[in-house]
Amino acid sequence: MKRVYVNEEWCLGCRLCEYNCAFANSGLTDMVEALRGKPVFPRIHVETVSAEGKEGQRTIPISCRHCTDPMCIKSCIAGAISRVNGVVSIDKNKCVGCFTCMLVCPYGALAPDGDGVMQKCELCVKNACGTPACVAGCPNRAIVFEERGD
Amino acid sequence: MSGSEQIKKYVIVGNGVAGTACIEGIRSTDKTGKITVVAEETHAAYCRPLISYYLEQKTDVCRMQYRDPGFYERNGVDVLYGRRAIHIRSDVKELELDDGTVLPYDALCIAAGSSPFVPPFEGLDSVGRKFSFMTLDDALSLEKALTPSTRVLIVGAGLIGLKCAEGILGRVASVTVCDLADRVLSSILDAECASVMQKNLEDNGISFMLGDSAARFDGNTAIMKSGRTVEFDVLVLAVGVRANTSLIKDIGGEVNRGIVVNSRMETSVPGIYAAGDCTEGNDVSSGARKVIAILPNAYFQGHTAGTVMAGGSESLENAIPMNSIGFFGVHAMTAGSYTGEMHEEKTESCLKRLFTEDNILKGFIIIGSGAAAFRGAGTMTALIRSRAPLSGVDLELLMHSGGAAALDGGERRKIFGGVV
Repeated sequence: MKRVYVNEEWCLGCRLCEYNCAFANSGLTDMVEALRGKPVFPRIHVETVSAEGKEGQRTIPISCRHCTDPMCIKSCIAGAISRVNGVVSIDKNKCVGCFTCMLVCPYGALAPDGDGVMQKCELCVKNACGTPACVAGCPNRAIVFEERGD
Repeated sequence: MSGSEQIKKYVIVGNGVAGTACIEGIRSTDKTGKITVVAEETHAAYCRPLISYYLEQKTDVCRMQYRDPGFYERNGVDVLYGRRAIHIRSDVKELELDDGTVLPYDALCIAAGSSPFVPPFEGLDSVGRKFSFMTLDDALSLEKALTPSTRVLIVGAGLIGLKCAEGILGRVASVTVCDLADRVLSSILDAECASVMQKNLEDNGISFMLGDSAARFDGNTAIMKSGRTVEFDVLVLAVGVRANTSLIKDIGGEVNRGIVVNSRMETSVPGIYAAGDCTEGNDVSSGARKVIAILPNAYFQGHTAGTVMAGGSESLENAIPMNSIGFFGVHAMTAGSYTGEMHEEKTESCLKRLFTEDNILKGFIIIGSGAAAFRGAGTMTALIRSRAPLSGVDLELLMHSGGAAALDGGERRKIFGGVV
């Protein structure tokens, strides 16, 4: 299946992926209306990476790997996470916000929305984009959406 | 499976998370074998840890279902509701039920969970309204006893007692929690972290009597070990739990505090497996054998048992105790063992303690409000489970919630550049 992959050397740390993600999942058609003056809860997070050789600060966008053996699905105390056509999905109606998925995801891919319910990258299959908005908006092709094995 | 092979018969005792995971494990390998589940409770598998959220009205019985309504039919599972397994005839591979039914099996999984442990309090019989807090039925009957003027006494300041306290606080007049231990959540928090959580619980209106517990009861009065008395209308007993081991113990199988299993979930009796809260397995963070009664472990074990029962290959080599629990917006995440060198970070909103030993992450405690403090927790949990050397891991960055970004470059590129 197609997944989001990262070329971390190319990440500029601009955080456009975070804004495009939050906009794509806002359900609104106007980006300014969706984001201006509001706290933003994206499903992809730009993190500072370990400074190897201290060559300067680098960044990496982190989102769900849609991994082959998802600990989040097995660990969810609410039975709210499942795999739908390969995409690890969360039923926000069942989630009670216990954070157990955050405790077990090795990649740090889950975080709560503004209401304390967990959310995660679902490859934009549930919103109007249909294909990952973070990838479409990345100015340096640091994130790509493609097939790589499996 | 080829047509000439006999259809395999699987029997699972218990219909909780471990039992459900066992079904999913079996079906990952064997699509045709006959699966029978013996369910003492009269409900389809539900999310047991959600019973406090139910009382808090953050979920309902429908949303608490662990799997969708078509789950059993789709997986060809026959569930015998309200039936109790009473004896295993291991020599002829048959399971005897309380109504006289005899179920032959090729592979049997005991996923019988645990039961509340009730100490022999003097005068407990004189208490009119007393409850345990383990099952959906417990929560439903407790709910019926609650009114806005009810005073509740909860015996036990562990995970079960405190989640119960949080769940009912908004629906009653008062909640007092007592425990013989001198701190809350004594099984997962050290003294300082426990006092942070206790203050949070007190600020939200829960009263505590710690280092003290009920000695005896007289009607609606608890007489404490200290001599103090507490008047209450409803009593909740959340002292502790005991693994349900009797089916295996009765036939001479190896049992300590739980049913002893290996990494393939095999018990000492051939053809019999066990999973979930009734078992005792290996904690890789401490090397000790213990009952790891947490939901994720129940799933991991159940899935492993089912897969192995069906002839597949799976083993669980990296179980650790771990918990994520929140009260009134303050969360505590804990994992592994608190041994070795402690690395600490304290801010206004959180307290983090990481424990390292021999260049390995052994455990952590994070307590705080908001989600930011917990962003790196999953990576820490993975490091404890894998026992991977910390060389290359930027511990300071990991501490400051870097998560997988704190791993060494090669590992990071593997994770974010390939299929994991």
